[in-house]
Amino acid sequence: MVEHRRFGNLLPHLVLLAGVAVVAFPVYLAIIASTHDNTVIANGQMPLYPGSHALETYWNTIVSGAGRTTREPVGSMLMASFIMAVGIAVGKIAISILSAYAIVFFNFPFRMATFWTIFVTLMLPVEVRIFPTYKITSDLHMLDSYSGLILPLIASATATLLFRQFFMTIPKELVEASKMDGAGPIRFFFDTLLPLSVTNIAALFVILFIYGWNQYLWPLLITTRDDMQTIVIGIKKIIDVKDALTEWSVAMATAVLAMLPPVAIVVLLQRLFVKGLIETEK
Amino acid sequence: MANVTLRNVRKAYPNGFEAIKGVDVDVADGQFCVLVGPSGCGKSTLLRMVAGLETISSGEIDIGGRVVNQVEPADRDIAMVFQNYALYPHMSVYNNMAYGLRNRGMPKPEIETRVQEAARILELGTMLDRKPGQLSGGQRQRVAMGRAIVRQPKVFLFDEPLSNLDAKLRIAMRVEIRKLQRRLNTTSIYVTHDQLEAMTLADILVVMNGGKVEQVGNPLAIYEKPATTFVASFIGAPPMNLMSTRADEIKSQLGSADAGILGIRPEDFVITDQTPAGGVALALTVEAIERVGAETFVYGTRAQDEQRIAANPGELPPGEVIVRIPGSEAPPIGQKIRVAAVRQKLHLFSDDGRTRIEA
Repeated sequence: MVEHRRFGNLLPHLVLLAGVAVVAFPVYLAIIASTHDNTVIANGQMPLYPGSHALETYWNTIVSGAGRTTREPVGSMLMASFIMAVGIAVGKIAISILSAYAIVFFNFPFRMATFWTIFVTLMLPVEVRIFPTYKITSDLHMLDSYSGLILPLIASATATLLFRQFFMTIPKELVEASKMDGAGPIRFFFDTLLPLSVTNIAALFVILFIYGWNQYLWPLLITTRDDMQTIVIGIKKIIDVKDALTEWSVAMATAVLAMLPPVAIVVLLQRLFVKGLIETEK
Repeated sequence: MANVTLRNVRKAYPNGFEAIKGVDVDVADGQFCVLVGPSGCGKSTLLRMVAGLETISSGEIDIGGRVVNQVEPADRDIAMVFQNYALYPHMSVYNNMAYGLRNRGMPKPEIETRVQEAARILELGTMLDRKPGQLSGGQRQRVAMGRAIVRQPKVFLFDEPLSNLDAKLRIAMRVEIRKLQRRLNTTSIYVTHDQLEAMTLADILVVMNGGKVEQVGNPLAIYEKPATTFVASFIGAPPMNLMSTRADEIKSQLGSADAGILGIRPEDFVITDQTPAGGVALALTVEAIERVGAETFVYGTRAQDEQRIAANPGELPPGEVIVRIPGSEAPPIGQKIRVAAVRQKLHLFSDDGRTRIEA
């Protein structure tokens, strides 16, 4: 399609720019708010230009924590969130790639039934099964622990499905060639399947890391200790203070900090991410 | 170095379909055996059974004096070249060839020697660091061959290895495979549906149809004395002309009436007004001609309507006859011609086409 109208693209671009503005403005506001002194925001005068307290605010937020709420500094929250998100992403990928491997490449009784059982769990996210899951976690003494944060969330039907679809595009002859080359199931998995899945793994890692990072309900239920707090919960606690002014600059700085790791992951893995989602030819 | 013997090999699938209905083949040490047949005839299944990729329902497969029915593919001491090459896309050419050796725990210097030697034979020396994705079809084909060669197996198995290449490359690779096999003197089994590939490569040709062996033997012997009408029309291009001996025109010339089907190859006809003693002459109307340079194919229809005979793949429509004449000649379309073949060039088959009748 060759179309060269000088102003033909103007309107669509304006609409797109308006969309970008709507999405980006709150983020901009959060960054601005985190650079001003607390009293400026508390007075209700929200400026649209950066202030001079940026370093101070971020230092306080990361190292010493918000003054009048929890003394937990955001640094440790970031750590907790990071461990949880990486744990969930890695765990989900490890489990789902193995189950997809079993479903696609092995013939065992009730293979399809197994697949559908996994598939059906799509309808049972943690919010639905929260009671039994909490009970089990508590019975296993995993409350207030990283394993309690991570393990109940790592079974993933979506990822299994994605790997299954990908594995089904791998030519049968490749499996047979491996057999002839004396590679058993484990060798085939590590020498051939895993290297071929790298882009898929990267794409999934991005999605699952963000999924783990954004968890709210489950960490809220399962952690009581301050040093186990994730940053998403931390934000809420900083805003929700009784008998005191909310430290908005700290809250906004926390929000900005909470955004950074997912953004970094997306930026770092962007190329692989896109490739993993669109690549069909193998 | 080994001979391969199949004894009454059968393959039945759980749904009751019988893909291989009792095959006996004996391939001597160093021979090049080609399995040929139309698609769905079971030739690939048979090869995969030799490879160990399909189970054997009954019968025995014997490689070098050892029955391998229960032996894993990797332990049968065979190497296979697949139709789509099945190279490991993430490994370099070198690693593709070395992988099987590493898995067998071969020492590194030995692997290096073998891969370099294979690369030299196949002229892959400059490409060892490339990935399969960066190679052309012909080069990938060579790597697939290299992967088989480095193993120095007792038997090579080829599953239609040339069908993904273009026509020119196919002919070049065909010659190379033949040369390579002669040089390494390794027993080989090769599956193809291309009768030309089959004829040119085989020491021993196995023509298959519907899960059964139609005929086994030297390719030229099969060409000269096809055992059934299926083989007659499958081997040779264009196919042999088959016609019923019940038609008046033929009956009067042939005399004896045991046979039901008469076969004459296109190249055995000559355009002549005379009828050779004991031979057969036919009156044709020229319908179409194909001039391919060295030769001309004349498509004619016989004057009287032909009685239908069993339809086989590749067979001509009833009443149509192909005649091959020198490329310098070309009768005009619509002309009436007479063609004749001598007695020695006639092939006679029983009515069902299953038995050859020697005149």
